[in-house]
This record gives sequence, C-alpha cells and structure tokens, in this order.
Amino acid sequence: MNWQAVKSIYCFEMARFFRTLMQSFISPVISTSLYFVVFGAAIGSRIEQVEGVSYGAFIVPGLIMLSVITQSISNASFGIYFPKFIGTIYELLSAPINFLEIVMGYVGAAATKALFIGLVILGTAALFVDLSIQHPVAMLVFLVLTCLSFSLLGFIIGIWAGNFEQLQLVPLLVVTPLVFLGGSFYSISMLPEAWQTVALFNPVVYLISGFRWAFFGMADVPIGLSLMAIALFTGLCLGAIWWIFRTGWKIRT
Amino acid sequence: MTAIVQIANVEKVYDGGFAALKGVTLDIEEGEILALLGPNGAGKTTLISTICGITLPSTGSIRVGGHDVVHDFRGARALVGLVPQEVTLEPFETVWSTVRFSRGLFGKAKDDALIEKILRQLSLWDKKDTAIRALSGGMKRRVMIAKALSHEPRVLFLDEPTAGVDVELRRDMWEIVAGLKADGVTIILTTHYIEEAEAIADRVGVINNGQLLLVEEKAALMTRMGQKHLRIDLQSRIGAVPDALAGFDLELADEGAALVYRYDTRAERTGIASLMTAMSAAGLVLRDLQTSQNSLEDIFVGLVHKTEDAA
Ligand SMILES: Nc1ncnc2c1ncn2[C@@H]1O[C@H](COP(=O)(O)OP(=O)(O)OP(=O)(O)O)[C@@H](O)[C@H]1O
Ligand SMILES: [Mg+2]
Repeated sequence: MNWQAVKSIYCFEMARFFRTLMQSFISPVISTSLYFVVFGAAIGSRIEQVEGVSYGAFIVPGLIMLSVITQSISNASFGIYFPKFIGTIYELLSAPINFLEIVMGYVGAAATKALFIGLVILGTAALFVDLSIQHPVAMLVFLVLTCLSFSLLGFIIGIWAGNFEQLQLVPLLVVTPLVFLGGSFYSISMLPEAWQTVALFNPVVYLISGFRWAFFGMADVPIGLSLMAIALFTGLCLGAIWWIFRTGWKIRT
Repeated sequence: MTAIVQIANVEKVYDGGFAALKGVTLDIEEGEILALLGPNGAGKTTLISTICGITLPSTGSIRVGGHDVVHDFRGARALVGLVPQEVTLEPFETVWSTVRFSRGLFGKAKDDALIEKILRQLSLWDKKDTAIRALSGGMKRRVMIAKALSHEPRVLFLDEPTAGVDVELRRDMWEIVAGLKADGVTIILTTHYIEEAEAIADRVGVINNGQLLLVEEKAALMTRMGQKHLRIDLQSRIGAVPDALAGFDLELADEGAALVYRYDTRAERTGIASLMTAMSAAGLVLRDLQTSQNSLEDIFVGLVHKTEDAA
C-alpha cells in the first residue's frame, strides 16, 4: 500500500475544499434555512405533526440525506472526472499507485466533504427546531455509510462519464428523483397504498427511514432492513469498483 | 551490466485497430542520454506512454530497473519521471502545492528543501504561491519539469521538452539535464531539433511508422557525418576504377562518368592531393569537382524516406 499517495490525493482534494470553505459552509446553511422557511413554516403550519414528531423536526433527516447524497455524488464524480478532462490524469496513471489507492484518496475526500456538509445542516436545523437524537451512534453510522457509498457511486460515474452531460445525467435522471420520492419530506405511510408498494422499490426509502429512526425511533420500514439495504448498496458499489480495478475499464487503454 | 530500460518486441495496437508500435526492441543503459527522433505520428509518445504506464503494451515486455512495467508496476514506476509532450496542470492550484503533490503521489516522504531547490533551479521560486493559470506557457512547462523531478526519478522521459520554449529555458533545461546526468540519471528525450540531439545525446534513435530504424552512438554518427564525399566528373567515361587507384576509397558513379572519393575531414591527411597526382598519372582528365557532407539530418531524412518508400 502506498499510503503516502492516498494521503496526498486526500489532502490535495481537501485543500481545494478548504480554499472555498466559506462557500462550502454558507450554501448549505442558506439552503437549509430556506427549506425550513418553505417546508417547515408554510407546510408545517398545516401538517403540524407526523407520527408524534413536529413536521419541522420530521424533515431534518430527509433534508440531510438529500444534501449528503447529492454532495457525495457530485464531489466524487467531479473529483475524478476533472483530471480526466484536463489531462492531469497522466500523473495518476504513471505513479506507483493502484486503482484502490486512487479510489481511497478521491472517495475519502468526497465523503469527508459530504459529511461536513451534513453536519453543518444538522447544526443549522438545530437552530430552527428542537432536535433530540435518540440513537446518535446509529445516526453517525448511517451518515458515514451514506457519504461513503454515494461517493463510491459518484466515483464510478466520474470514471464512466465521457463528457459533462453524462456527468450530470445519472444524478439528474436517477438519483434526484429517487431521493425526492424517497420520503425526505413525508412519511411513506402518508402515500396512497399503491404508491407505498412502489416506494418500497426505491432504495433511498430504506436509507431515509433508517436515518429517521436514529433520530426519532420511528421508521417506515424495519431498521434491520434499512441496515441491510445500505450494506447491500455499499457492497454493490465496492463490487463495481473491484470490477473496474480488475479490468481497467475506461482507465488505461 | 543489464540495461535500466529493456524493451522487447513491444507492439501497441490502439483500440481503433491502429498499430502505433510494430515490434520495438531497445535497451537503454543506465546513465545515458538517448534522443529519439522521428516525424510526427512516428510513435515516440506512444513508446514513452507504454513505458510509463499510461497505456498498456499489446504484446511484448518492458522492464525498468528489472521490474516489469505491467506486473511489477510499483517497482518500475517508482524509478520513472515523465514530462509529457502536452502541458496539463490544474489551473487553480499553486505551483508549490502542485509540485508537492507529485512527490507525495510517488510515495516519497515530504522534502520541502528539495522542492525549493528544484523550483529555484527552474527559476520558479518567486512564483511558488502563484496559481498555475496565472503563469506563462513557458513557466507552465517549467512546472511540468519540476513535477517530474520532485520524486527524484532514476529514469527521466522528456517528451519534446523544448517545443515552443525560449532560449533561456532551453539553456536552463540543458543545464539541469547535464546535472542529472552527472548524478547518474538516465534521460530519454524526443525532439524534432536534430542539432539538439547532436549537442546532448550519447545515443540517437530514429523511429518511423512505429519501427525503430536505427539506434547508434552519437560518436559513430559523428564519424559518419565527418565523412565527406568528393565527386570528380571525368572528361570521358571509364568502365572500372583503374588499378593504379586501387589504394583509394573510390566508387564509380553515373555509369562511369564520375568518381566519388570518400574521406575523413578530421584525419590528418585527406589524401586529396595524392589522389589528384595519381589520377593524372593514370591519364584521367577531370572536368569538375564537388564536395558534400553527410549530416545527421541527411541520415535521418534518408532513413525515413527509405522506409516510407518500402511501405
Ligand atoms: N489514443 C490513441 N488512439 C488511437 N491512435 C492513437 C492514439 N494515440 C496516438 N495514436 C496514433 O498513433 C500514432 C503515433 O502517435 P504518437 O503520439 O506516438 O506519435 P509521435 O511520434 O509522438 O508524434 P509527434 O511528433 O507528433 O508527437 C499516430 O498515428 C497517432 O495518430
Ligand atoms: Mg509525441
């Protein structure tokens, strides 16, 4: 293992993030505040409570997941796509490092950034609503696993993408709808019965449900199922990465 | 002593089916400077990319320092530094962080003193905190060189390092190359400037159409170049070189209308005066004289055309 190289990639990517720290910090704070104004105040005044939790508090886990998932994907896909696009990837290819080390550096950095943003949102939300986290450890585990697995997915997208349109394609067409329909802002039980069944095919439902359980002790689907879902998803992404590693797909001609 | 870079029967067929290297075999000795010459599209960059791990060879094997570049890529690549033909840098990073990153990527422990030394050598020290996009083209090229030197390679590839570079950078570069050579670093460079190859290389290789046409000591080439030809047009045709002139390196040309005499300008005696005496003694009357010299460029152009005609 060339740990020095992993560390170098990680620090280089993080330095980019820290250079724009204010930006990285302020934009989630503003967007979270906006969500609270729109959803919490406008809709919350009509819904008031979902299963015993105030609507304002109820949307916090979904809001965090929404940002963390999109941030993980965009950070990681851009992180590896950019060197490909401007040509600096020559250095990664000619260095004494293997693909897994490249993955660790880029995915580690992307996941760290997303985690940071998730925590900023959590902090901002705490200013608006009363939040008590019932299972803080489980909450952190869910958060970290989500950051990691979606950063892996983002990395795969970045390797696959041949142009900027393709880079946006998967997040736009697949991930964003799944996340919005995944119960970020409502409980699945609020849907008509037929749609509840459809919703169960949405993997993001399991993530958000599990994450919400960590906060409030209530969930749309059993917590064990949520854990299995996130483990399965992480496993799939790791499998895909392993396959790319074995075959050198799209990396070295 | 075994060669530091051993290239054996390497072929490279790109995805589209284009064969860019057609069986290249070459040993590069430790500590030498090898210049690769060849027209555009000859396969110089492809050869370098295959050695450095940017592309994989289709067949054949390459070893650097005894390490196979595919199976023991860590061992091989740790020895190699590359300055690619194209300048590619992250525009928003500073010179300092870019060069430092390269060292880390190669698994070397942080050594800011060394990086300072390299940046000073390349006159980049006062630009160390400047973002890359604010540098001129020549300075960016210097950054590319600094990156390759930052991890102390034993084998350095310079792919057209002097294309579009001013006199000063070219001089700095040759100074650095001389310094590296003194430290025992092996240097492989490609260039389109034949004078450049003449000036600094120990050996010269010529590539065309994915084939290595020639690899020769520069000294041997210089000897060939040092040779001059004296063409003697005769008043009347002869059937063969007269026996009286057998002692001279003569060849019949133009179906007996001329004689070509080969001589070494650097030899103590060219033998021209005695040839003239011997010729008049043999009764040959000369009409005109003409001398010409081989240059590396002639050799190069001649070789390249010969293979193109054959193809
Ligand atoms: N990725 C690629 N896919 C397909 N063909 C390629 C690729 N890269 C290079 N080639 C082809 O391989 C041949 C050799 O290219 P290469 O870049 O090695 O030439 P070169 O000797 O470095 O030329 P130059 O002096 O112009 O830099 C060219 O015909 C080129 O078009
Ligand atoms: Mg080239």
